[in-house]
Amino acid sequence: MKILVTVKRVIDYNVQIRVKSDQSGVETDNVKMSMNPPDENAVEEALRIKEAGKADEIIILSIGEEKSQETIRTALAMGADRGIYVKASNDTEPLGVAKIIEKIVDKEKPQLILMGKQAIDDDSNQTGQMVSAKLNWTQATFASKIEIDGDNIKVTREIDEGLETIKMPLPIVATCDLRLNEPRYASLPNIMKAKKKPIESLSAEELGIDITPRLKQLKVIEPPKRSKGIMVADVAELVQKLKNEAKVI
Amino acid sequence: MKILVIAEHNNENVKASTFSTINAASQIDQNIDVLVVGSDCNNVTSELSNTQYIKKILLIDDTKFQNPIAENISKIITSCAEEYTHILAPASTFGKNIMPRVAAILDVAQISDIIKIEGKDTFVRPIYAGNALATVQSQDSKKVITVRPTSFDAVSKEGGNGEIQKLDLDIDISNVEFMGREETKSDRPELGSARVVISGGRGLGSAENFSLLNKIADKLNAAIGASRAAVDAGYISNDSQVGQTGKVVVPDLYIAVGISGAIQHLAGMKESKIIVAINKDEEAPIFNVADYGLCADLFEAIPQLSSELDKLNTIQK
Ligand SMILES: Cc1cc2nc3c(=O)[nH]c(=O)nc-3n(C[C@H](O)[C@H](O)[C@H](O)COP(=O)(O)OP(=O)(O)OC[C@H]3O[C@@H](n4cnc5c(N)ncnc54)[C@H](O)[C@@H]3O)c2cc1C
Ligand SMILES: Cc1cc2nc3c(=O)[nH]c(=O)nc-3n(C[C@H](O)[C@H](O)[C@H](O)COP(=O)(O)OP(=O)(O)OC[C@H]3O[C@@H](n4cnc5c(N)ncnc54)[C@H](O)[C@@H]3O)c2cc1C
Repeated sequence: MKILVTVKRVIDYNVQIRVKSDQSGVETDNVKMSMNPPDENAVEEALRIKEAGKADEIIILSIGEEKSQETIRTALAMGADRGIYVKASNDTEPLGVAKIIEKIVDKEKPQLILMGKQAIDDDSNQTGQMVSAKLNWTQATFASKIEIDGDNIKVTREIDEGLETIKMPLPIVATCDLRLNEPRYASLPNIMKAKKKPIESLSAEELGIDITPRLKQLKVIEPPKRSKGIMVADVAELVQKLKNEAKVI
Repeated sequence: MKILVIAEHNNENVKASTFSTINAASQIDQNIDVLVVGSDCNNVTSELSNTQYIKKILLIDDTKFQNPIAENISKIITSCAEEYTHILAPASTFGKNIMPRVAAILDVAQISDIIKIEGKDTFVRPIYAGNALATVQSQDSKKVITVRPTSFDAVSKEGGNGEIQKLDLDIDISNVEFMGREETKSDRPELGSARVVISGGRGLGSAENFSLLNKIADKLNAAIGASRAAVDAGYISNDSQVGQTGKVVVPDLYIAVGISGAIQHLAGMKESKIIVAINKDEEAPIFNVADYGLCADLFEAIPQLSSELDKLNTIQK
């Protein structure tokens, strides 16, 4: 079986982001970029499935501007087999991304698609569900455990109420939570090896997909800042303030 | 304009998130229907028929739909989407699971997790863990939207007279087999709507220590939350996680104990009315957002807090 894993290049989660003064978006020049964290869990899970002898090939797909190829390289250095890069504007919306993924799936015919549950830049939490709907496949979102048993797959999902377990036949689209596994670091020899692994380059136009945005971003602003409060000396003062000043207890 | 709200419920009661979503809908237009998909859910429909603003309750009540499987519900929604200009659901794991499918089937964008309505097609949503707010305008003819429940008050559950209309639809049932659900049962208020939340972090050190918070929670009638580090370490279950990849809470009082205040955690709690932080590191970033900071060892402060609360004549519940 082939596994397709999608990886998105996003601003590193440690970066304190800055909103541009013209309100057109967020500063991305000279900012550290990394693989979207739950996408690392998706790559890791694919590697474990392959290492358990349940998959033959892992293909990494990223969509975005040229530098997205670096993110593909990172996944190849973790151990994936080959990459596909689709050139598109960075502001391609989840619907457009899903249409591109659908095209790649038609071509590559994977049995399992692993994606992140949400991208930490746009926080949309949509793309996997859209891919699943487009392909008319079943979906297993917010996965914190994945077990493959022959042609079936069992997934434990993190939901607001706790955990839910579902079982279904392949093919499916699963979106990964950070608790799914602990992603590995790429070793130096693997980083060297990854340089020789193939990355196929395509573009949204070549694939004949219309990815015109459906949302117009009118402005991006900073949220109102919370002002720093006071330090209290002890618990007694804290309780007194909560009772008589803030009046919340 | 006509709006369809997708009801989140557990076949017995309507979830608070639904009432907030109805409020958001009413700010777009007050011509609102709700869709209830479930099994044996008479109480759900009667609660909704009394709810403010609701014109019609579209109902599919069948044992096949006891669990909210995304494939099934999204097909039901799209087959009654025709007459609606806006389709809204709460941005809970229920809504997040279903609505992007609805959008994809209808070939429109989904607008995720909105916190404000600026017009019939213009909405405000947080991005980058709430470190930026984007105002977006939809160019699609139908708007598929998820609503952040804590950003909208619940509508009144009285005074409405919605009419119940049973739907008869023939949809292909998904091949997903529902194996079970582990729900954390508790008598405490729901984390998403509690007036007071007390959250613990890695500083608690163990599951056993984590339960120190229970006593305080009992006294304040608080829900218990946690940082991702505390959940990852197994101190408490995943449904308690607050933050960018967990739940968003906006209580009147949020008490963070042994939590450093990473931006991903702040994303889930920094809109709280009053924030208290208890941490032994005076440099901890959580103090930058706290109204009241206490630099102390939590293992001393928590028992003291408990006895100080006992000294009060009354405590708001
Ligand atoms: C550098 C940069 C600049 C941006 N500038 C703008 C802007 O100016 N205006 C604007 O409106 N938006 C901008 N965005 C946001 C972006 O265009 C989309 O709105 C966003 O990519 C889609 O939502 P999401 O990624 O949050 O999707 P989610 O649904 O949260 O993503 C879930 C998962 O889908 C997969 N996935 C998503 N996108 C891709 C991808 N491209 N390649 C591979 N896998 C993917 C990943 O596995 C990811 O974990 C920018 C993003 C970046 C990274
Ligand atoms: C993509 C992504 C998404 C994430 N999503 C979330 C999320 O949704 N929610 C979330 O919370 N995190 C999230 N995180 C993790 C986040 O970055 C932090 O790692 C996490 O919040 C840290 O938890 P903590 O504050 O409990 O632990 P730490 O950062 O380890 O802090 C523990 C604190 O306890 C204090 N302490 C220790 N002992 C005592 C004592 N005896 N008395 C008093 N104080 C003490 C320490 O001084 C310290 O400040 C995410 C990370 C990533 C990369």
